[in-house]
Amino acid sequence: MASLDDLKKRIASVKSTQKITKAMKMVAAAKLRRAQESAEKGRPYSEKMNNVILNLSSGISDKENAPKLLSGSGKDQIHLCVVMTSDRGLCGGFNSNIIKKAKSYFAKLSQEGKELKIITVGSKGNDQLKRAYGDKIISHISFKESKNANYFDAEKVGKIVIEKFEGEEFDVCTIFYNQFKNVITQIPQAQQIIPLNTEATEEDKSEDSYEFEPDEDEILSNLLPKNISTQIFKAMLENSASEQGSRMSAMDNATRNAGEMVDKLTIEYNRSRQAAITKELIEIISGAESL
Amino acid sequence: MSEEFKVEIVNPEKSFLIKEDVSEVVVPAFEGEMGILKDHISIISFLKPGIIKILSKSGNENYYVEDGIVEFKNNNLSILTSSIFNLNDLDKSKQQDLLKQAEEEASKPEINDQSKYLVDQKIEVLKSLN
Repeated sequence: MASLDDLKKRIASVKSTQKITKAMKMVAAAKLRRAQESAEKGRPYSEKMNNVILNLSSGISDKENAPKLLSGSGKDQIHLCVVMTSDRGLCGGFNSNIIKKAKSYFAKLSQEGKELKIITVGSKGNDQLKRAYGDKIISHISFKESKNANYFDAEKVGKIVIEKFEGEEFDVCTIFYNQFKNVITQIPQAQQIIPLNTEATEEDKSEDSYEFEPDEDEILSNLLPKNISTQIFKAMLENSASEQGSRMSAMDNATRNAGEMVDKLTIEYNRSRQAAITKELIEIISGAESL
Repeated sequence: MSEEFKVEIVNPEKSFLIKEDVSEVVVPAFEGEMGILKDHISIISFLKPGIIKILSKSGNENYYVEDGIVEFKNNNLSILTSSIFNLNDLDKSKQQDLLKQAEEEASKPEINDQSKYLVDQKIEVLKSLN
């Protein structure tokens, strides 16, 4: 059994850990609100963008010559996966969930005999994938310096992806991120961005046709690269909201567990203190009796 | 019947501006300036660097944009842009910054014709602001 002194030290250390986790939870909660707000504010843009593209692609006359970003390169051999994770740890299952989703996708690809290339965004994902898929990672991007997700960063990622596509380095591009549902639920998502999935539902199709200036092809070829950055930006926003949410609930749990541990340790401390006193009393009494 | 329609400007970060009582919007479309009035035919076009003029009862507003897409449909004008500044907020130093950036871009040797055209436009517009 641990001595009284040891117990005392442990209680103090658990208590200070609890203080840290509590502070982290509070910080995450404050950041979450902001991240959630910007995720919600960012939605109209990507939705509108999607709508315009749907309208455009349904109106496009000759599918054969459609821009490659829309129709794909005609092959399905090399897959590029952009795995988006956080730069910081201590956020529960946030990163592991994305990685798990990505890994199962990777396994499926290799079963089908497809070639795999990976771009990691965020250092945590890179750390986790380095071991198993180190040779597949072609590029690693991290935005440690930027405080919030911003469009400029997303554009950078988008440019890299498009450059590689134009260099015919891959045929299909999928991004992995966590969609923010609420504080305790984040859904890992795999979204294919090249070629674009344009299967519009019935209600999305508008009957009235648009006038285009300049023609559809030109608008599309201009719009599609932008759309990729937009989709990546959306993923970044969702991701940062999810990260904070996940961290908040993880830290909440940690704080609660620390509290439980302090209670348990305090009971143990009191019990052994009592035991020591009783023992001393018995010694004194039996000493007195023997006289 | 009123001659007003709704305009909405969104950028990736947020809904930048929503105005319900707009009588005319002039946008710098790719093939020249385009004025949009109520009941315009549905149109999609994209923007080159220039000035968006919004005319309404509650006052006129001018915005400087670098790129974007306009969609007009059912008397709803949506402008999607990644870089937009209210002319009133765009002070001289910011202007100079943008101009310098654009000039740097223009002097790059590997620039292609289309982006060269866009950058030249940008420089022209920025210079005309002064």
